[in-house]
Amino acid sequence: MAERVVEPAATTQATPMRRRDPRLMVVNWFRELTLVPVIILLMIAGALVNSVFFTSSNLINVAQGGAALGMVVVAESLILLTGKFDISLQGTFGLAPLLGAWLIAPKASEGLGTEWSSWIGLLVVLLVGLAVGTFNGISVIKGNFNAFIFTLAMSILLTGLQLGWLGGQTVYHLPAAFIYLGSESWLGIPVAVWVTTAVFIAAALFLRYHRVGRAMYAIGGNLEAARAAGIKVDRIRIGVFMVASVLAAVGGLMQAGRVTAVTAGQGSDLIFGVFAAAVIGGISLDGGRGRMVGALTGVILLSLVTNILTLSNISSTWIDAVDGAIILVALGIARVIGTDRA
Amino acid sequence: MQGNPSEGPVEHRPLVGEAERVSKTFGETRALIDVSLGVSAGECHGLVGRNGAGKSTLVSLMTGLSRPDHGTIRLAGEAATGLADRSAWLKKVACVYQRSMVVPPLTVAENVFLNRPTSRRGTPVVDWREMRERAHAVMLEWGFEVDVDQQASTLTVEQRQVVEIARALSIGARFLILDEPTAALEKAAIERLFDRVRRLRDGGVGILYISHHLEEIYEICDRVSVLRDGELVLSGQVRDVNQGSLIAAMVGSMPPRRVTEIEAATTPAALGDQMLEVSHLSVHSRGGSVDDVSFSIRAGECLGLVGLDGSGSATAADSLIGLVKPRSGWVSIHGQRVPPGKVDAVLSRGVGYVPQDRHARGFAPQLGVAENLTMSVLERVSNALGLVSVEARDAIGEQQVDKLHIVASSLQQPVSSLSGGNQQKVVVGRALATDPSVLVVVNPTVGVDVAAKERLLDTVGQARDEGMAVLVVSDDFEDLRICTRLLVIVRGKISREFTQPPWDRQQLISAVEGLDG
Repeated sequence: MAERVVEPAATTQATPMRRRDPRLMVVNWFRELTLVPVIILLMIAGALVNSVFFTSSNLINVAQGGAALGMVVVAESLILLTGKFDISLQGTFGLAPLLGAWLIAPKASEGLGTEWSSWIGLLVVLLVGLAVGTFNGISVIKGNFNAFIFTLAMSILLTGLQLGWLGGQTVYHLPAAFIYLGSESWLGIPVAVWVTTAVFIAAALFLRYHRVGRAMYAIGGNLEAARAAGIKVDRIRIGVFMVASVLAAVGGLMQAGRVTAVTAGQGSDLIFGVFAAAVIGGISLDGGRGRMVGALTGVILLSLVTNILTLSNISSTWIDAVDGAIILVALGIARVIGTDRA
Repeated sequence: MQGNPSEGPVEHRPLVGEAERVSKTFGETRALIDVSLGVSAGECHGLVGRNGAGKSTLVSLMTGLSRPDHGTIRLAGEAATGLADRSAWLKKVACVYQRSMVVPPLTVAENVFLNRPTSRRGTPVVDWREMRERAHAVMLEWGFEVDVDQQASTLTVEQRQVVEIARALSIGARFLILDEPTAALEKAAIERLFDRVRRLRDGGVGILYISHHLEEIYEICDRVSVLRDGELVLSGQVRDVNQGSLIAAMVGSMPPRRVTEIEAATTPAALGDQMLEVSHLSVHSRGGSVDDVSFSIRAGECLGLVGLDGSGSATAADSLIGLVKPRSGWVSIHGQRVPPGKVDAVLSRGVGYVPQDRHARGFAPQLGVAENLTMSVLERVSNALGLVSVEARDAIGEQQVDKLHIVASSLQQPVSSLSGGNQQKVVVGRALATDPSVLVVVNPTVGVDVAAKERLLDTVGQARDEGMAVLVVSDDFEDLRICTRLLVIVRGKISREFTQPPWDRQQLISAVEGLDG
């Protein structure tokens, strides 16, 4: 039975059927892990390029940079799975921590000077994410705005606010609790890495085992079928926008903690890397296809590329070109090995 | 029964398309085994077979979309060229698929001349006047009545077929393959299609006519060939083949038991409580408006809502399920009114729904069989935290797979890779998995083979016997055999009621066509 590609014609009696098809499961996992060989190759290349690459401090540095990116990749992947996308996640990534930091930082370091507790600042970060996500979700889903052009405009607006709010200044001297996520370590590994790993695992398990997670695949696979099946498609899709923006805000917080400041430019040009990581990792831009494992390999790959390029002797003016070329090659490899990618 | 397709009087005419001893294998599936079939100029040749019998494979070989492993394809008497030379194929053969191949934003004339130069000098500049005149000339020559300046997005299904046929003829093809051409057509349009086919035939075009509707074969075809499991099992003059032997050839050793008594009477069991009530429903819709429609269904009753495509019958179903908001009127389930336009609210009150178009609304193609079957019962297969139990999901999946005889390699096989009949079974299974007290099915057997059709109707009939209130919306009279009462809907209004099975086909047709009252 398992070998049949076309259904047998004359079988009117149901033949005994397996619940699981082991072959299908192997194929699915294989698809998710297509990038692993590429990652291994990159690591070898990294070791050859610079002996610093395999030091623990460098690898931790890579992981920490990847953590912030990873949060946004999880966020974007969730939205992509439901068949939409959100470009303004990069705006949220910058604006949310900026507003939170500005509210609590001392006047001398470009803050408002309230000297309020860090917790209020953190709360504001999350609330900004929630507000932006809600606005995007309701506008795109209920208002029927095109997701591309609407969230692009939102992105420009948010980035502009981020720049205009403080006249392009950087907020610094942030309280310890505010930057805890991005600056502290547990067992020698940055908290941000722990948190992003946990978020990846939680998202993966949620998508696989939670009814809303399964409904998201149904929505992305065939919106009208999901609607006709009684799934609350609008509520779930708006909810996904909200969760995604909150995740992006937390990602921004990690970035702020890592550099112990919020710059006016934080998050700009981030979204390209986010889409690249998700798509290289097998998340379909058409919705309904892809898994978190794949997205994670995409994040690792992109972070390694950035790091190796920095360590190499390539002139900094050429790094973007090489970065783009490597992403194209990775897309090509993923396209050849996997089936429904890119 | 092994017939030689090169017998018969039409054979004196040249063959426009011919497959000679072709075989094709996909992986381990032998899709076609040593099949020979020829279509002569001026002949309408019927091709029937269950889903998966190899019809689509044969079409792809004869249209140059794939290459046979063995055997040859000949077009207009010449051996076919390589697959790379598409334009050589297009000059000789064209297939009109169920799915539209017109480009909606372009005009009819542009669609007819798609990807072909229109200027006399052969420059790539579009000569609009020339193109319109030539497109118009093609329409005139074959008696097609479609405005060449019309935008293709405004065309009906019937008109789109005409445009595709006109495109093929204008390129020069004289071998046409019509794949289920009547599937999406209303009765009057089918008649017009038959007229067109006869005109094409008389004009020397050879037609390979693929259909699940055997009565169409008898109406329009000269010869008929039957494929089963990739083999040609019957081929002969239509007048020499009776319906019984045709069906026997299609299904092999296991003829479905009810097929000869298409409109078999069903005795209504003792009816239960009123389950569904629709009151003064009016809906505005481009797909057919509904005007002040009221009806109710009791437990154990199966009401058939019969109407042409565009009559509003499907709109009424979509509206009562909450997919379309009604302009006025209300729907109540178990005596309780439901909020208008909320699908999940309606379904959560115990309504199962099989939508009209399975590709558009029926299933998520990339998800597995079990996932699709449980799409409406995610609450039931998950715990208080919302975590889905794979065990529970597979159990429900298996139950429906057994009930409907769904053929799949595993519960995880993506529904996109199932045949049409099995896909539709999954959609029906999804509705039944909710254990509904009211079941609404729209065109449940469109484009499925005879055996799957029987299985689907039997399953729905069984649900009715078990006390479900069933609404069947269909214009396929064979679907109505499970109904205990019929309402005919014409232009959005209920025009007639039939309460006493068996249904008289003539009366029903004239009522549906709006010929009486």
